[in-house]
Amino acid sequence: MLLGAIFAGLFYLATAVFLVGVGSTVARYARTPAPLVIPTTPAPTTYAGVFARMFREVVFFESLFKGSKWSWLFGWLFHFGMLIVIAQHLRYFTQPVWSWVMMIQWIGSYASFAMFVGLGGLWARRVLVDRIRYISAPSDHLMLALFLAITGSGLLMKYVDHTDIVLLKAFTLGLITFSWQPLPNDLVLLVHLSLVIILMLIFPFSKLLHAPGVFFSPTRNMRDNPRERRHVASWTKDLPKSTDSADGT
Amino acid sequence: MAKPEFETPTLKEWVSTPAVQPDAMAHSRPFVAKPEHQASLGFPGELVENWQEVALDKMGELLGRYRSLQVFMDACVKCGACTDKCHYYLGTGDPKNMPVARQDLMRKVYRRYFTTAGKWFPKLVGAVELSEEVINDWYSYYHQCSECRRCSVYCPYGIDTSEITMAGREILATIGVGQKYSNEIIGKVHTIGNNLGLPEPALADTLEGLEEEIEEDISVPVKLPLDQAGADVLLVTPSADFFAEPHVDGLIGYAKVFHQAGISWTLSSYASEAANFGIFIGNYENMQKVAQRIRQAALDLGVKRIVIGECGHAWRVAYSFWNTLIGPFDFLDPAYPVPQHICEFTHDLNQRGGLKFDREANDDKVVTFHDSCNVSRGSRLGDTPGGQFTIPRDLIRAACTHFVDMAPDTIHEHTFCCGGGGGLLTDDLIELRVKGALPRAQALQQVIEQYGVTHMAAICAICKSQFSKVLPEYGMGMDMIISVHQLVGDALVFGSEH
Repeated sequence: MLLGAIFAGLFYLATAVFLVGVGSTVARYARTPAPLVIPTTPAPTTYAGVFARMFREVVFFESLFKGSKWSWLFGWLFHFGMLIVIAQHLRYFTQPVWSWVMMIQWIGSYASFAMFVGLGGLWARRVLVDRIRYISAPSDHLMLALFLAITGSGLLMKYVDHTDIVLLKAFTLGLITFSWQPLPNDLVLLVHLSLVIILMLIFPFSKLLHAPGVFFSPTRNMRDNPRERRHVASWTKDLPKSTDSADGT
Repeated sequence: MAKPEFETPTLKEWVSTPAVQPDAMAHSRPFVAKPEHQASLGFPGELVENWQEVALDKMGELLGRYRSLQVFMDACVKCGACTDKCHYYLGTGDPKNMPVARQDLMRKVYRRYFTTAGKWFPKLVGAVELSEEVINDWYSYYHQCSECRRCSVYCPYGIDTSEITMAGREILATIGVGQKYSNEIIGKVHTIGNNLGLPEPALADTLEGLEEEIEEDISVPVKLPLDQAGADVLLVTPSADFFAEPHVDGLIGYAKVFHQAGISWTLSSYASEAANFGIFIGNYENMQKVAQRIRQAALDLGVKRIVIGECGHAWRVAYSFWNTLIGPFDFLDPAYPVPQHICEFTHDLNQRGGLKFDREANDDKVVTFHDSCNVSRGSRLGDTPGGQFTIPRDLIRAACTHFVDMAPDTIHEHTFCCGGGGGLLTDDLIELRVKGALPRAQALQQVIEQYGVTHMAAICAICKSQFSKVLPEYGMGMDMIISVHQLVGDALVFGSEH
């Protein structure tokens, strides 16, 4: 029971840090003006076009595909493996389990292997390619280690060292309804959960901010229509006015 | 000035990515601006005493001013997609010329002073103090970026290193360490009206000489009017067009097109410069002040339209920024785009059947086209995205029989900078300029061998100056580089059809 209470508390803390941290960052991005029209051209001229460009960027990693096929392959495997694995984990948080979550369960183990391969490939590039090795800080390696450890401990529970799923689900549902339940006392599970908590805690302070950041990237979300629409940012209005002599305004 | 010692890279079959060679270009630094160059732009004359504090304050201010800078500082995941994309990295192998590493020169300082992780765990996330060494690196490597945006094409978050280079240069200028070349030029525009410091009488003289030259050549009285109030079109063109080779043949080409179209036009001695080096130093106020002269000239001359000559960064500023900086243009004829590019102008006339070409006039040439970075990735021509690639090529094809493109990964949005853009077109950076031209020279060499290409056309004054200087280093003729409007002008058939 004590274990359950400790982890419940940690999960609440991590969730709060995650939400407040990411929320305030997003607010800062939204508050900061983009004073000049700077889409990387050719760029769409309409919001519908921007939506399509952003969709291709976020779903297909369009620019990365142009830039590096290996990074694209490993990055895409990792991110979409993770998306499926997270969706699959919804079965621990829903009762009755949503039908579409049930339907994707079979694909989950493939997805976690895809994550594993993707992460391994990204790390191999970081170590083996001299250019990428040069730009890597310790945190870049640790981030990959963290994700690999989370994926690895998850796979370990699935195939080697099963945990008490029924008890675990009572715990996770309890988190949602604020009724703390005991947590299975399994080392691998506790490691898995602790790492996820660490991930949530560091998310707002790390390069994981690329996730909200991409949506605010002016080179990707601005329309190419500067001649048709005058774009003016707030702070530029406070600059001293240059004067016209002839138009009388 | 004695030629600095360095080796021009050798051209191979294709561009290969060099191995990392730390500090290969650490010695490359442009001359620092003198106090008078700094003062006329509103910057301190020399390094201020509390430079560290001033620099960090400025960085904080810029982070609040530009969403690009704020998001780009946070978003990079070090995926490496940009590492082999910069022409300066490909030409030098210096790892700090990899876009991400160039960004990191600022990012590591940002992390130290503006992020929780960098304040508490600097070693872990690669955060460092703003030291003299860091400032030296900034000065060196923020002047090894031509702000061409090639890296931004491949970044999964659209991180555009030019935004960071501009911020870096603005911070440097603010603490008193500006770049001589750009700042001196901006000062000349503020006081005289163009980059060259060419005063009105000299300009009038030059234009008159050109008129005589054209008449001698083709027996058609093509005019180059100056300060003619009431003309329909104000043409603003880079001042290099007035006498530099091959630029001036482009200017003659524009004049021929205006003549044939029968449209009244004028140049302005007050705004005799399309270039706006304010963008290079990243300073909004100076960029606005430079642009303001053109609005003023348009008002004073009472023109209906503004047309811009062949100039890459000038076109980016005009197309993308003018409406913001000096708009609205409600005093101009709304039937035409403001501003309009000379290629749009000529293309439009040609589409409507207003021009006739004799392509045989250019039959001695096999032409390829160099997409200029600022036109390709920072602006547009025409009504549809990608017009910046098709319109100049359409014009060349209209005027020439033989046209071929260079390799697909070196044109359109993938185009390589000439190596001299972004305020680096100065002799104190000649080693950088030669090495940075390697990827383009490589692609050009390939079409020379394969198709017998004799000329490379461009629509940017900097590209033209840069190539005529550096192509000989790679064993190619300095006269290979020409203006698109030279081809247009040479093939234009005069008659009374308008």
